[in-house]
Amino acid sequence: MPQPVLSVRDLRVEFVTRRGILKAIDGISFDIAKGEVLGVVGESGAGKSVTGSAVIGLIDPPGRIAGGEILLSGKRIDNLPPEEMRRVRGKRIGMIFQDPLTSLNPLYRVSEQLIETIRTHTNLSASAARKRAIDLLAEVGIPAPERRIDSYPHEFSGGMRQRVVIALALCAEPELIIADEPTTALDVSVQAQIIALLKRLGREHGTAIMLVTHDMGVIAETADRVAVMYAGRIAEIGPVREVVQNPLHPYAKGLMGAIPSLETDAERLVQIPGSMPRLSAIPPGCAFNPRCPFVFDRCRVERPEPIQHSEHRVACHLYDQSSVRSEAVA
Amino acid sequence: MTEHSYVEVNDLRRLFDVSKPWLNRMLEGGERQYLKAVDGVSFDIARGETFALVGESGSGKSTVARMVVGLLPPTSGTVAIDGVSMTSAAASAERQRLRRRIQMIFQDPYASLNPRWQVDRIVAEPIRAFRLIETERDIASRVGELLSLVGLHPADGGKYPHEFSGGQRQRIAIARALASNAEFIVCDEPTSALDVSVQAQILNLMRDLQDRLGLTYLFISHNLAVVRHMASRIGVMYLGRIVEISNGRELFARPKHPYTRMLLDAVPDVGMTGRQRIPVRGEIPNPINPPSGCTFNPRCPFANDRCRMEIPPLLGGVACHAIHEGRLAVDAAA
Repeated sequence: MPQPVLSVRDLRVEFVTRRGILKAIDGISFDIAKGEVLGVVGESGAGKSVTGSAVIGLIDPPGRIAGGEILLSGKRIDNLPPEEMRRVRGKRIGMIFQDPLTSLNPLYRVSEQLIETIRTHTNLSASAARKRAIDLLAEVGIPAPERRIDSYPHEFSGGMRQRVVIALALCAEPELIIADEPTTALDVSVQAQIIALLKRLGREHGTAIMLVTHDMGVIAETADRVAVMYAGRIAEIGPVREVVQNPLHPYAKGLMGAIPSLETDAERLVQIPGSMPRLSAIPPGCAFNPRCPFVFDRCRVERPEPIQHSEHRVACHLYDQSSVRSEAVA
Repeated sequence: MTEHSYVEVNDLRRLFDVSKPWLNRMLEGGERQYLKAVDGVSFDIARGETFALVGESGSGKSTVARMVVGLLPPTSGTVAIDGVSMTSAAASAERQRLRRRIQMIFQDPYASLNPRWQVDRIVAEPIRAFRLIETERDIASRVGELLSLVGLHPADGGKYPHEFSGGQRQRIAIARALASNAEFIVCDEPTSALDVSVQAQILNLMRDLQDRLGLTYLFISHNLAVVRHMASRIGVMYLGRIVEISNGRELFARPKHPYTRMLLDAVPDVGMTGRQRIPVRGEIPNPINPPSGCTFNPRCPFANDRCRMEIPPLLGGVACHAIHEGRLAVDAAA
């Protein structure tokens, strides 16, 4: 098996507060291969954005990485000194954030921002960098890039701005792109265009993409594999078709049923009672147990570890062979 | 037509003045500029029905909602609810009596509840404003009843909004809307700020309440799947106009207008049916200077010269020359 581009091993992220230590990420592991899109999905507070921030080394105090390893193409990056990490960021890992207006500097022309980024990470001359910037804008689908390059960010529409941000992330041809809710601020028709663009880039450049979003539809369209997060842990991870059409974890099942569909009629949507626990009050055992319709005694005391079940890895006692209840579900 | 619908909206129009300040116009020249946020919108809603307006940002759907409840005066056109005009000055006394029967639920439950008021005071506000119940004891018991109705505990009335999650806050907003025995509720993106599992709870609650209390909803949303789940009839808006209006099932099974078809194709597909889709072309034009004729013509694969000159009327539930002329078959997308 070829070496994965990104490998996260038992990552733990904590926030130290006056009321004690909050575990935002509590032991998660996953890999992303070259050219693969991993979707990370979950509701607010599940820890999906913190995972992205941890990978690019942008966890600020009082947050800290409390354990585990992050490997980029086989080399650890979680313990790099800040100056070295700064060189990895942007050059080897690109970033796309939710709001394209705040990730661009409104006072500088798009050309200045692109050329500065290109020249920071490569040794191209100013004119070669400008040519590359125009090529990048053309690649992300901005019409007439040689004219548009000298515009300011406010002169672009939301969708076009997000294309500029994607061009910025591609400047140094990174191995990995972390896209945190890249289409959430956009209208559906524009979202469809951005999704198609991300898919094409991953395919053509072999870039590994970690796509963080709360929108299951975006994941189903874009990702190869998907990780469903709940309260700082991965509840289920597997190939996207498997997880979407045949989810195993009770939370993943509820999540899929809660989405209104365009194809089928439902009198009522599946509803998961309650809401995600606060980080300060994560229940013992399985964090999902107070909301789970299949809960049994073991769930309340023992935390389920991820186990392989056909193509899925699922953290649920229902699928543990040693558990008494396993036959009942199968 | 003698029988009137519960809500009748007729040729509603709203302009916003987006001109530069007077001094700049005097010194630099330049005309007054107007943005047509809503342009000739008509629909009606039967009692007990859910009618939805769907569209992307800038389509004017929220402006319509605000004009229907009377938060924004229309530039021209009329709104009548239960036979009482919301727009003519003559009916002001009757309108005052109608007010309590109309309520609104907003998108952001963090902004629509006063953070310094306890929940029971928030929910009781419409009761006190309209003097519906006299004694404090009866008000308190009615508030408790309303909180239970929306799935909260009567004891939650003593808490402040910050102690609740987004979904629970939206429940409080619904309880407040019901406090004055409202019949008609305008919901402006009521679940857009919520997570999917919480969204499902709120949508289920809204449907249960409709069944129990016979409520009429005007439902505004950009999310097509949510609209399909909630509404019996749907109007699709594009740049201030309704381009297609039809019953929910029909709209999704056989979309007519090219914009509706494009919009349906753009929705990410959770079912992963792998259906063939037309890629989206272009973006919504600037509403200050919209294209002439049919505003969708620059993005439309079926546009011809007539589409660029003449605004298509809404005939047979769709505003499209290509369909009216028979150039575009209705079943093509199905």
